[in-house]
Amino acid sequence: MLKINNLHASVEDKAILKGINLEVKPGEVHAIMGPNGSGKSTLASVIAGKEEYEVTQGEILLENENIDELAAEERAHKGIFLSFQYPVEIPGVSVTNFMKTAINETRKAKGLEDMPANEMLKMIREKSEMLEIDRKFLSRSLNEGFSGGEKKRNEIFQMAMLEPKLAILDETDSGLDIDALRIVANGVNKLKSKDNAVIVITHYQRLLDYIVPDYVHVLHNGRIVKSGTKELAHELEEKGYDWIKEEVKA
Amino acid sequence: MDLKDKLVSSFMAFENMVDIDTPIHDVRSEAIKTFEEKGFPSKRDEAWKYTSLNSILREDYSVFPKKENSIEFRDIKKYFIHDIDSYKIVFIDGKYSSHLSQTTHDGIDVCLMSAALSKPKYRILIENYFNKAATKDSLSSLNTAFSQEGAYIHIPKNKVVEKPIQILHFSTGNESALLLQPRNLIVVDENSHVQIIERHQSLTDNPVLTNSVTEIFTNKRAIVDYYKIQNDKQSASLIDNTFVKQKRESHASVHTFSFGGQLTRNNLNFYQEGERIDSTLKGVTIIGDKQHVDHNTLVHHIEPNCESHQDYKGIFGDKSTGVFNGKVLVNKKAQKTNAFQANNNILLSDKASINTKPQLEIFADDVKCSHGCTIGQLDESAMFYMRSRGIPEKEAKALLMFAFSNNVLDSVKIPEIKQRITKIIANKLGVNLGFDL
Repeated sequence: MLKINNLHASVEDKAILKGINLEVKPGEVHAIMGPNGSGKSTLASVIAGKEEYEVTQGEILLENENIDELAAEERAHKGIFLSFQYPVEIPGVSVTNFMKTAINETRKAKGLEDMPANEMLKMIREKSEMLEIDRKFLSRSLNEGFSGGEKKRNEIFQMAMLEPKLAILDETDSGLDIDALRIVANGVNKLKSKDNAVIVITHYQRLLDYIVPDYVHVLHNGRIVKSGTKELAHELEEKGYDWIKEEVKA
Repeated sequence: MDLKDKLVSSFMAFENMVDIDTPIHDVRSEAIKTFEEKGFPSKRDEAWKYTSLNSILREDYSVFPKKENSIEFRDIKKYFIHDIDSYKIVFIDGKYSSHLSQTTHDGIDVCLMSAALSKPKYRILIENYFNKAATKDSLSSLNTAFSQEGAYIHIPKNKVVEKPIQILHFSTGNESALLLQPRNLIVVDENSHVQIIERHQSLTDNPVLTNSVTEIFTNKRAIVDYYKIQNDKQSASLIDNTFVKQKRESHASVHTFSFGGQLTRNNLNFYQEGERIDSTLKGVTIIGDKQHVDHNTLVHHIEPNCESHQDYKGIFGDKSTGVFNGKVLVNKKAQKTNAFQANNNILLSDKASINTKPQLEIFADDVKCSHGCTIGQLDESAMFYMRSRGIPEKEAKALLMFAFSNNVLDSVKIPEIKQRITKIIANKLGVNLGFDL
């Protein structure tokens, strides 16, 4: 589904990603871990198409199509979803209206008619119940005055509505208490299928108890320096990241 | 002959034409003298430093349009807020259009300035209120000298006027260039409440300059909500001079939505002549091309325990220019004043500019006065957030602009007006968001 070959990316001439190789197949969950500043969020943003980052070398293929030149919205239309570490507040635009716009713009890009209102409402009801989101919440301005947990839950709600092929969850666990973490993780697990894939970016192993990865990769200094299975995450939790850094030096 | 000379020399003819024996003859004569002395403001005047009238004053305006012109309602329907029941006072090329209007004398007076100036039954009101709020600056004086037509609204005490009143001025292009000087007087007595919508609309590409004066008096515990929709053609310019005099415990709000026109100058002045008064001045400006919008506000806190709220949002694209000059004057006696002022701006292009200047003069020592102005660009991270959800760049920009204007839009009390404003904005931005905000 996603294939990243020798990806180099920089922001304002500062190289951040220095040769990433990664392949994600349908049905898989990949975790990307690593110390602060290792390039985890940059990788997520580059895949989603943030313009500030310049890809200087390498390529990103989604279902064998090079997406380097596509705008963020075009990547979204092709099924990429990024759950933000810091979701942005949009006053005056309700969660519901925002979702309507996002879904209908995606449908428009695919040459489809707008989703009928009753179908949209039904979908909103189902997905919000799945994430234990209060209906009142949906008429509030997007992310405005939301607690950290509400923002993250709302991100996963949007993911549920947009049904992406590839979801990238950037530090979705940060700022969540254990109950919210459980709800969010359950939501992600319910959305998982053999046809879609998830990349979980996290600093801690905690989330991976709930969203169990097939593969764990450690990012350090812009490169994937170690890959393994979920046991690697436990090892990192116990021993921290220093031993990896030592290993890389050696 | 330049425009000033033309106006001064036409004054006698004008007075003979309308009625030299009116009670305001002396006021008019005085006013033309003031205008003759002062002339049009220039960039040398501090208050006009960033707004030049030079290019629009060069046109050879016709000052008294003679020909009457009529228009069909279906051609102008879109300029009305037509989905609500309302009173309407409609002018075409400065002349009253009775077949497009809906006035009343049933318990309230919603009618014409020309009638109020000539009929004896209005004489006392005219004597008490006419030209009692307007300042003696040159443009207001010019309007006073030629004041003849406009809206006259008097709401006696204890009346809540359910239907809003729409004041609309159309220009048809009958004259190659037209100068309009509407004069509105609005008196709202004790405990009464009225909502007013004002719009100037050119239907032609011929140049039109409107120099308008509106005097609003809110007596004890009265409430006035006033909405100005400025979305005129590129060939039209507007100088709006509005004066609001408030008595104790009254609430007055003026919302100004500026989306069009070549040059728009809003001189908006509030005078608080009593205790526990609330004044609200809000605006959204979204312009592009070479358009220019200048908000020049004054809130004069004269008595203690009053509040004022100013919130102006501006979005400037292309080579457009904006000015915000917000003056808050707090007299020594006006203790416990709460005065807030905010002016936030977004520049969408390198060639657009805004000059913003808060001007606070505070002589009382126990007051809360705050002001803040910002100038920035559209938030890139918010843009990326929305685009990553599949919302294209143009729609994402539009949503951000709505979000930016939201505080002001949200305080519009008539839902149909809010809807209309959001539609105008959406049209202007070329988006269809598929929902009303």
